[in-house]
This record gives sequence, structure tokens and C-alpha cells, in this order.
Amino acid sequence: MSATNQGPGATVSESGQRNTNTITDTIRIRLREPARLRNLELLLLVFAIIINAAAILLVQLGALGEVRKEVFTYSAALAVLALAMHVTLRIAASQADPFILPIATVLNGIGIAMIYRLDLAGGREGWAASGIRQMAWTAIAMLAAFIVLVVIRNHRVLQRYRYIAMFVGIALLLLPLVPGLGREINGSQVWIGIGPQRADGSVPLSFQPGELAKIALAVFFAGYLVTARDSLSLVGKKFLGMRLPRVRDLGPILIIWVAAMGVLVLQRDLGTSLLYFGLFLVMIYVATGRISWVILGMTLFIGGAVAASQLLGYVNSRFNGWLDAFDNAIYEQIGGSYQLVQGLFGIADGGLVGTGLGQGSPDMVPFAESDFIIASLGEELGLAGLFALLCLFLLFVSRGFRIGFAGQDDFGRLLGTGLAFVIALQVFIVIGGITRVIPLTGLTTPFMAAGGSSLVANWIIAALLLRLSDTVRNQPRLVVDA
Amino acid sequence: MNKELKRVSAIVLIMFLALLASSTVIAVFQTDNLRVDSRNTRTLYASYSAERGPILVDGGAVAESTPVDDEYKFLRTYSNPDLYSAVTGYFTLNQGNSGVEGALNDYLSGTANAQFIDQLNSTITGQNPKGASVELTIDPVAQQAAWDALGDNAGSVVAVDPKTGAIIAMVSKPAFDPNLLAVHDTTTVIDNYNTLLNDPGRPLLNRAIAGDLYAPGSVFKLVTAAAAIDSGQFSPESQFPNPPTLQLPQSSNTISNAADGNCGGAETVDLATALRLSCNIPFAQLGATLGEDTLSQYAEDFGFDQPLAVPQDVTPSVFPATESEAELMLASFGQASVRVTPLQVAMVSAAIANGGRLMEPTLVESIRAPNLTVIQPPQEVVLNTPISEATATTLTQLMVANVNNGAASNARISGVDVAGKTGTAENDGAENTLWFTGFAPAEDPKIAVAVVVENGQGFGNSVAAPIARKVIEAVLSK
Repeated sequence: MSATNQGPGATVSESGQRNTNTITDTIRIRLREPARLRNLELLLLVFAIIINAAAILLVQLGALGEVRKEVFTYSAALAVLALAMHVTLRIAASQADPFILPIATVLNGIGIAMIYRLDLAGGREGWAASGIRQMAWTAIAMLAAFIVLVVIRNHRVLQRYRYIAMFVGIALLLLPLVPGLGREINGSQVWIGIGPQRADGSVPLSFQPGELAKIALAVFFAGYLVTARDSLSLVGKKFLGMRLPRVRDLGPILIIWVAAMGVLVLQRDLGTSLLYFGLFLVMIYVATGRISWVILGMTLFIGGAVAASQLLGYVNSRFNGWLDAFDNAIYEQIGGSYQLVQGLFGIADGGLVGTGLGQGSPDMVPFAESDFIIASLGEELGLAGLFALLCLFLLFVSRGFRIGFAGQDDFGRLLGTGLAFVIALQVFIVIGGITRVIPLTGLTTPFMAAGGSSLVANWIIAALLLRLSDTVRNQPRLVVDA
Repeated sequence: MNKELKRVSAIVLIMFLALLASSTVIAVFQTDNLRVDSRNTRTLYASYSAERGPILVDGGAVAESTPVDDEYKFLRTYSNPDLYSAVTGYFTLNQGNSGVEGALNDYLSGTANAQFIDQLNSTITGQNPKGASVELTIDPVAQQAAWDALGDNAGSVVAVDPKTGAIIAMVSKPAFDPNLLAVHDTTTVIDNYNTLLNDPGRPLLNRAIAGDLYAPGSVFKLVTAAAAIDSGQFSPESQFPNPPTLQLPQSSNTISNAADGNCGGAETVDLATALRLSCNIPFAQLGATLGEDTLSQYAEDFGFDQPLAVPQDVTPSVFPATESEAELMLASFGQASVRVTPLQVAMVSAAIANGGRLMEPTLVESIRAPNLTVIQPPQEVVLNTPISEATATTLTQLMVANVNNGAASNARISGVDVAGKTGTAENDGAENTLWFTGFAPAEDPKIAVAVVVENGQGFGNSVAAPIARKVIEAVLSK
């Protein structure tokens, strides 16, 4: 019931806040010692930087048996970027959550270490090396995060742009379908390429706009649901103990369903489709508290997915590759389970503690540095390493959910929840696909997999969560305190 | 909103628990299944990336893994490839192994159960896994002498220590270079393998133990004589009619004694003389009198029709059931369908040399873990006692006479009593399978040997006996 209390109460608290702002802030600054949060962050960040440097050092010792200069360039670049973010936070968001930046930094760094390790296995150097490009993308992504933190001083401005966000999101989703711009890579039409196409089909700059679309859509969902939730949650006939939505309120869910199915059919990307739709369902559930939306939505999506698996060859082969991965016919088939099974061999070879960085053979798995980086990490860091990474992701997500629990404005709460959940769902879809919990789809592991679009999008999410968490702590908790 | 958030948090927690569970299942519970999957090239790489243990002869490596700079990390190299090819066999990346490399692969690669704790240790301490080393019983002097003595002949020499069963020489010619198959380029391996496979000399066959079986000819008379004397039915003085030719029962075929033919020229001939001059007709009569059951029982006691591994599998020699008395008579002097390996023939001599006790032949002296602890110590196993000590003594005397004053004269060594028996098995064509088997010194045997020369010209005494003599001389003059 707290949800309904805060809707009408928002104006009151905002005006009340203006009156007490200066006094409360001075008290809070004394009480909370804002530097404490940033000092904790700095301590954790130093840990993260040390772990990253150690990972790259171990990669060199394991794969080459010697120390090369890259251990310094990579580690120093990562450290400088992370510390720059830290300084930005001290100035621009001093109350921000102290765990988000260190977790994102260590995930990003371990990802770079593994990508660098695969470069060594493949003999790639210079700009051909995915590790160098990932490092450059990390810089771009952190710059984007920096801009978000500096420009968006108050997240509520985003609520005003919710419909723009919707159009941007849909435009980003449709961009790969534009002739001359879209690129089909590995069977999925989810990329755009910029610049002249090379002989091997690659372009100087390729980008997956869908990764950014998830942020725009989360902003739109949060903004739309905050305003529309009363009509969505309170009106409608009861049936079988559930309150069904009115037909005219079905519009948005149908639009999103059509969009998700469109991604599935036109861009042949099951993972992205599942990600957007799952995000929407969770946000509408959190906003309205009505399980009927979830059941309705899941019925629609599963129905659509089952139909697609029957009608679309690629979805069907994904399902077969999941259920009968070890069947030799499916294993040998193009688009079959070869990659999945090779990944499983890798993880199994890693066992409990892994082969050690640089000492396994993760390069045997296709796309070991992007889609299958988790299998590579499982092989070399073992089950222990996978558990540690999953715990880091879980901690990251829980920091996002904390905004949902502790925030004062519903838009911020919904946005924080949505952004955190999209990370959780993406991790689940990727790692679940690799470990055969669900069919394999082509998504990237947040912060870790090689790929610029994913990095930029996830660092922007990190920046938004930082901004939201800063607002949560900075706001006087009038409603709660009273 | 908080209630919904709690539920969503719970769902996220369940999602992550599912991931923790699924990765645990793969990395812990399915590991064994996934590792043995034939499509798992990691297992393959791992088995080659471990430093494979060496195969040692008298402390020196005849096969060892040398570090190279590729994904397999080690290259198998053979220091004296052709000389030891019949013993070591070959080791390939993915086209199979043979010889000791194949039979003791688990030990050499370090995956044998006996090495489990060592492997665990090296995993924990971060050392690279290593395989065990295999010390062979081969005597490099005997091996080299056998190799040289066989010369350009196609055939085989096997020498054993009759008191222990240790195989001290095992040569098969034509030989091959196992280095050709150890290279890391699969295409090259397959090409080289096919070249060796299609070579008319068939170098990949180990003629000593696993080639095509040979007709033993007169060396089989040792088994017949052993059966005759050990069964108590006959003595060296037992007399047999001595016609120049003998018509086989229910047959128009006749048999005759080889070479000079008259077998001493008297009307009757005793068993001792018949063996010394290697006469066929008395042995045909002897075999017919002993009967098939007795003869095949003694053959089995000497190792015929029995599985054997040294450690590579030995093709069992055969004494098949005969279908007529005529066939039994032919089999009694090593014709008809009797087929043997050179090792089996050496085992007959070795049993006689060792007072009737047949020691289990083996190539393996000991197996040592990388930390030099002994995994398998030297073993001497009595395989069987086919004949009594008295029979063995009698047969030794007959075989010494055979060399000193009979058909095996070319094995004579001055100052040493050599016990021996030659054989010349007739094949369909003009060429014969030439044999010699024997041991020396007769009173305290150090070596029992069998020599076979395929498709040779002449007789066992002219071709095979001198080869055996050189091997015996080399061992005795050490």
C-alpha cells in the first residue's frame, strides 16, 4: 500500500523538501560523513585495481611464462579510468552507492584479462587485438558514464522525456533493419556498421544499438508506468481471483509484445527479445502489483516463442541444441550445439578451481571472448571463479534493488529496479544459455564480454544507478522519517 | 511496491541459484562424462601436454618426450628408432599407439590408477603432470647383435632369459621409424602411416609376436619329443622303423626325410638320432602313436593357444585339431596347420633350458613414477611347468648333440655347449621359412633364442643357426 501512498504524496514531499532542504542537508552532512562512502569506495576500488592487475599478470605468466609491458599498460589504463570515475563521484554524486563502481571495474577488468588472454592464444596484436579494442571501448564507456553523471544531476528530468525515450528505444531497435546500415553478424541482424565494408564483411565500427535501447526502454517503462499505473492496477473485472485489465489498457503490453516478437522474427535474436519483454513484465508488475499482467504477458510471450520455434528454423535449432546438445547430428549441424558443447567441455575441464589463467584452452570454443566468455572464465577460474563472478553480479543487482526499496520517488524506484533487473536477466539469459538452463541465445555478459555497445550500455546503467543512489541518500526522508 | 520488489528479488535470487546449480552440475557432477566424450579435444590435448614418461633400455631412453614450442608441448622422439621399433611400437597424436607405447599408455601418460595420488599431488602443488618411466628387460648388446645378425633378411629374433622370462632381445625386420608417426601434423602422420602400411615389406608388423604366424617346421619336433619322453611312453633309445619314404594313411602322398634322407641308414632309428638328424619319418610315426590329445596337451602347456601379453598382446600360436591321422603325422614334425610366433618357439627352448619351468615372458623390468618410486617392481612369474626336470635334462642332451654332431652344426661355439634345433618349413613356393631355436650354455643357460627368416633360400642350419650363434656369442661374451 505504500505505493499508493506515495503517488499523491509526491507533491507534498517535494514542496516540504524545498523548505527544509538547507537545514537537513547541513545536519546530514555532519551525521553521515559523506566522505565515508567515497572512502569505502576508494578502498574497494584499490582492491578491484589490484585484482585486475593480478589477473593480467597471471594471464601473462600462465600463457607466456614471462611478464610483458602490457601488464602495466592495461592495468594502469584501467586504474586511471576507475579512479577518474571515483573523483567524478566525489564531486558530482558524493552520496552514491560505494559498491557499484568497484564491482563494475573488477568485472570489466577480469573481462579484459580474459580477452587479452584469448588474444595471446590467437596471436592477435595491435588494433587486431580484441583486448586493446575492449580497453578503448572501456574508456569510451566510462566517458559516457561520466557524461551521464555530470549532465543528469536529477534523474527526474528523465521522466519528462519518457515518450522521447520510447521513440529513441524503438528507433535504436529498428536501426539494424535500415538498409545499408544494418549488418548481419552470426545470423542475427542486430548490428549496425559504420564506414566502408571490408573484404571480409566487417566494418571499421560496428555497434549493437539494441544494447542502448534497453536503457531507453527502461526509462520509458518507468515514466509511463508511474503515470498510468492507477488505471492499470485498479480498474478491471475480477476473474478467477485475478483482476484482469481492461481491453483499452492492454495497448502498451500488446505494443511491447509486438516489438519483442518483431525483434525475434525480423532480427532473429531470441535473447534480446526475451530481455526486453522480461524487463517490461517485471516493471509493470512492480508498478501495479498485479500478477495478472505477468501471467498474461508470459502466456503471450511463451505462445509467441513456441510458435516461432515451430515456424522459424533458427529458433527451432536453438531449442534442439538445448535439449539434445550431445546428439551427434545436432552437434555436427551448422548452427547446432557445437559451440555449446565445446563450452561445456571447457567448464568441465576447469572443475572446481580451474586450470589457472592462461593455462586452459578456452580458445577452442567459438566466440570465446564475447558470447562465451563465461565458459572461458569457467575453464580457467573454475567453479570457484564462476561463483565469485555470479556473487558480484548479484551484489550489483541488489544495490540496484536497494534503490527500489529505499527511494522516495516512484519513478526513481521503478527505474532503479528496472535497470538492475535488466542486468540480472541478461546474466541469467547468457549464463543460463551456456550452462543449459535455457536455450542458448546470443547476448553478452554485462561488463565482461568483448563488445563496445554492451560496455557503453552497461556503464551508462551503472552511472544511472549511481545517480539514483546518490539521490536516495541526499533526499530528506520526510515521508519515512515522519 | 515493496511487496512486489521482494518477490522480484526472490525471483532474481532463484535465477542466480539456478545458475550456481547448473554450473556446479557441469563442473562437478558431469565432469567425468564430459571429459571422456570423444569430441572433447581438451582431453586429447591434455594427454599429450603431460610429459609422457620415457621408455628406458639399460637406463638410457629409447623413447622420450622432448619439449617443443607448440600446443602439444612435447614431441615423442626415438633415439634408435628402427632398432627398437618392434619393442616400443609407435605413438601418434590421434591415430592410435602400438607396442609398449600402446600397451602401457596409461602408465606412460600418467593416467593409470596407480598414479592417481601422484596426479592429485601435482595438481595441488601446481606442477606439470608427468607420466611414469618404463624400464625394459631388453639387453642393448643382445638387441644390437640380433639386429646386426639378421642383416637384410625379413624375419625376427627373440631372445629371453630362461630363468626369469625377461625378453632380452626382440627384433623384427623390416623395421620402421616411429619418429615418422610422432610428428604433430596429422596429415603427415596419416601419409606416413599409409606409406608404411602399403610397404610390401610390411614394416609395421611385429613378426616376433604379432605378425602372420609361421609354420614351425622341425623346431616343433622339440614339442613332440618332449611329449614322448615326458609322458613316459618313450625314451631317447626307443626304436622306430626307418624307411626312406612313408606313405601317409588314406592318402597317396608320401613323406621323406629332408636332405640326405636315410636318417643314419639303419633299419631302425632311435629317438635321439631322429632328433639329432631331424628326420621326419620317425617323428610322424611317433606323433601318430602319441595321439592328438597328448600332443596338443603338451603344446598347450608350452603356451600354444594361450593368451599372453608382454605387455603388448602376443598372437597365440596354434596347434589346431587334426582331421586325419595323416594330418596328425604331418603336424608332429611341424607341418600341416601348426603355426607359431618366434616368441612361442623361444618359450619352448626356455622351458627346456629352465629345467621344465616356463617363465612368463615380459619386456617390462620395472615401472617408476616421476618421483622414482617403483609402481611395478621386477616380476618373475612361473607360467607353467610343461615337462619334468628329468625330461628337460634329457632334451637338453639331445639338443646339444644336435648342435655338436647333428643338423644344427652352424650354431656351434667353441668352448660352450649350445643346445639347439633347426627347422626348415616348406611353403608353397620355392622359398622356405628357416628356423633355429636353442639356448646356451647348456649346463647353466643364460639365453634362449628363436630365429626365423622368412622366405629364405637354403636351410635353417645354413641361415638361421649362424644368426642365433652371433646373438648367443654376444650375450655370453659380455
